[in-house]
Amino acid sequence: MFNPTIARITLRGLIGRRRFLLLLPLPALMIGLAVLCEGLNVQASDWVPPVVAALGLAVVLPILALVIGAGVLGSEIDDGTVAHIIAKPISRAEIILSKLVVAFALTAVTTGVPLGLVGLIAGEPQLALGLVVGAVLGSAVYSAAFMALSVVSRQPVLIGLAYVLVWESTLTNLLTGARVLSIYQYVLSVVDRIDDSSLVTANVSLPVSLAMAFIFTAGFTLLAIDRLRSFAVVGETS
Amino acid sequence: MTTTVDTTAGPRPTATAGAVELKAVTKWYGNVVAVNDISMTLGPGVTGLLGPNGAGKTTVLHMMAGFLPPSRGEVLVGGSPAWRNPSVYSGLGIVVEREAVHGFLSGWDFVLASAKLHKLPDPEAAARRAVTLVDMVEPMNRRMDTYSKGMRQRMRVAAALVHDPSVLLLDEPFNGMDPRQRIHMMELLHAMGDAGRTVLFSSHILEEVEQLSGIVQVIVAGRLAASGDFRTIRRLMTHRPHVFTIQSSDDRRLAVALIGKESVAAVEVDTNAGLTVKASDYGTFTRELPKIALAEKIRVQRLVPADESLESVFSYLVGGV
Repeated sequence: MFNPTIARITLRGLIGRRRFLLLLPLPALMIGLAVLCEGLNVQASDWVPPVVAALGLAVVLPILALVIGAGVLGSEIDDGTVAHIIAKPISRAEIILSKLVVAFALTAVTTGVPLGLVGLIAGEPQLALGLVVGAVLGSAVYSAAFMALSVVSRQPVLIGLAYVLVWESTLTNLLTGARVLSIYQYVLSVVDRIDDSSLVTANVSLPVSLAMAFIFTAGFTLLAIDRLRSFAVVGETS
Repeated sequence: MTTTVDTTAGPRPTATAGAVELKAVTKWYGNVVAVNDISMTLGPGVTGLLGPNGAGKTTVLHMMAGFLPPSRGEVLVGGSPAWRNPSVYSGLGIVVEREAVHGFLSGWDFVLASAKLHKLPDPEAAARRAVTLVDMVEPMNRRMDTYSKGMRQRMRVAAALVHDPSVLLLDEPFNGMDPRQRIHMMELLHAMGDAGRTVLFSSHILEEVEQLSGIVQVIVAGRLAASGDFRTIRRLMTHRPHVFTIQSSDDRRLAVALIGKESVAAVEVDTNAGLTVKASDYGTFTRELPKIALAEKIRVQRLVPADESLESVFSYLVGGV
């Protein structure tokens, strides 16, 4: 089900694009802030929640996942090179899963490493571990969701941004019941469970979070496979 | 699901008569009908799909390639529906018009990746054979974004035939090629056709398919307007009636000489714009004009075909076949 040729081309395509450089400033900003706060001897309880939760988990993780997840297939759909991949006798599940693995791995590394570092800078190894595990879980769910979005819509980045900024960051604060449909909350639950410093607090129970994360990941993956099966390649003039 | 992976030998052509079949196929986008009730059967050999821009050629090709579902009717490749059926690609190669390639790959990597994605038993050998076939061995290690349009086109053809497909579909393959490359490509397509494969290419420029020997299907405004032997169509092209405007050193005397010829149907003299000549036979008229001018010692300053638009040529063909 994993095709190394597709994965290799996808990875080279992603890393070779200038858009990839957009991934660097956000984690750098997060680490920079953490170093600054520690250097100024700010209390961990004062800087960790805004830097780790409000910036790291609520912005850096989903935005990186969006750029990568929407790019692994979406950029090929945009420039037309997807025709070379789909005109092959390989199952659509193999194409989607290979690209998903790339998106997941790249997101997990580019978010897990800086988040773990921030946890260590705060002097909380348990928090660092929680953040790494949370980033890995979040990478899986976000990647599946944003990749499916790129097959379903021609504007995956716009819709993804709306989800992250409007739904996760704003509406779920007003409508607490909506938190059960927020990937950010699932990540918080995992981090909170592993971390023993109570610097990060969850709003959704762990079993619900894990179950919902699984449903989201599986559901969006299946959706992407099905939509790719019926993917219409239209000519330039059509 | 008719094809299984054959590990004992390389891929082989399995074309039979009717490798590609369209049965009363209609395709619409919203309320625009792009393809209107087309039926055709393609067998081994080279077939040209001709028609002006926007006639529906790409839509037809994309339906054959399983890239689009027909709104009505059936599209079969090797007896199975092309839509939602990736297994057809083990016997099908397609070169789309949009020339996007993974520019960061070298031509060799691109063709080799295609061979690997086809799960061929010996991808290196297959890629080498395909690159040799399109005469791209020398520049194959360069990145594809450094290629000219014609080179990229040939590498895309190599990637499409790396698995030796029994059906090869090419959308406007001669775009961006110079005449020499065009002849080479046409020879390659004919060689594949002669070897029993079904080759279909589209074109909106009649002149670029002059070396074609085979069947043509002419599509105009989404309908199959004509189909048949290309030689018949080419004869009709050279003998079609045509309007020219001519400016010469003595328009009136030239008009007198021209009207006496059988290949000229009408002449109109306009003191400002020169002569408007309606030739009843394009080929004979263009051969006779210089002789007349020479005999009458008239200098022809301008000779402009007035209705060279493809639409007029195609609509003439449609009426004439």
